[in-house]
Amino acid sequence: MIVRILGEGQFRVDDDAAAKLTALDKDLDAAVRDDTEPAFHAALHAAVALVRTTGTPVADDEFVTADYILPFSDATVSEVRQLLADGTIPGDSIGLP
Amino acid sequence: MSVMKRVSLIFRAKADKALDRMEDPRETLDYSYKQQVEMLTRVRRGVADVATSRKRVELQMNSLQKEISKRDGQARDALGKGRDDLARAALQNKSQLLAQYSDLETQFANLQEQEEKLTLASQRLDAKVQSFRTRKETLKATYTAAEAQTRINEAFSGISEEMGDVGLAIQRAEDKTAQMQARAGAIDELLASGALEDHVGGGQDYIQAELDKLGASSDVDGELARMKGEIAASAPKQIEGNGSAAAGQEATAAEQQAGDGS
Repeated sequence: MIVRILGEGQFRVDDDAAAKLTALDKDLDAAVRDDTEPAFHAALHAAVALVRTTGTPVADDEFVTADYILPFSDATVSEVRQLLADGTIPGDSIGLP
Repeated sequence: MSVMKRVSLIFRAKADKALDRMEDPRETLDYSYKQQVEMLTRVRRGVADVATSRKRVELQMNSLQKEISKRDGQARDALGKGRDDLARAALQNKSQLLAQYSDLETQFANLQEQEEKLTLASQRLDAKVQSFRTRKETLKATYTAAEAQTRINEAFSGISEEMGDVGLAIQRAEDKTAQMQARAGAIDELLASGALEDHVGGGQDYIQAELDKLGASSDVDGELARMKGEIAASAPKQIEGNGSAAAGQEATAAEQQAGDGS
């Protein structure tokens, strides 16, 4: 599975890591829904660390889309909420290309 | 639905929307490449902007460090002259300056981090864009309708996601830098106007003026003492009616005064 960490690029992770990520994703989802910053940070840091350590960076000449995209490693709940709402981050004037 | 899945779908939806607008897949490739080159320019400018802000904070730190040393010197000077009140004021001032310095240190570390992140993003996108340029020409050369269309769309979506990522990273860095620049601007103004000392407390003018006054009054005391000594020395000779000796003393005193004045 391909996972992108915003700001860090794409990584290829194995099934084992993918399963762990899916579990962490549930925590992320709950934290964003309940607006609980500490829980959000804990889940995000665990997910980012997992991808960084177990994943292999996708080659420069490989053009693929990610199955999962993780927010910036230091993102906040409000930033993610805005990204989910309209694909922008606070202050983003141009949005995505 | 999960957060990570939703974010990936947002990116993909944007790429799909752009693809729908393209009629000829080969146009898609050229259009995308043009966008990539623009994005590269933007991220490089972003790196330069953050570096400029970092250097500015560094200069401010140097200026503040000088102010801090000056306060330290003033405090010692004041203590030497027995003015504990002035020494206290100088040290209070120093501690406020130190607080500002540590704030700048944090800003400096933040900017350095942003700079490193953006530099990496720039390098990553650069490598992707170089690869895309090669891929684009290959795809155009082997272009045979349906099959190529799929591969072109894949390449386009892949690079779109990369650009979306880098675009967000630049925006983020710009936002963070803008906040710091506003604060840095305020400190720059204070440093330039020399008002920093007044702004942070006791006031440099007050402490320095007091110390200068102490310095000046000790000069006056010294001169008074010297004059008294001269008069005392010349007085007996005047009683004796030695006019030439008195004239000689006057000349010496005048010379000394001229020397002091220079």
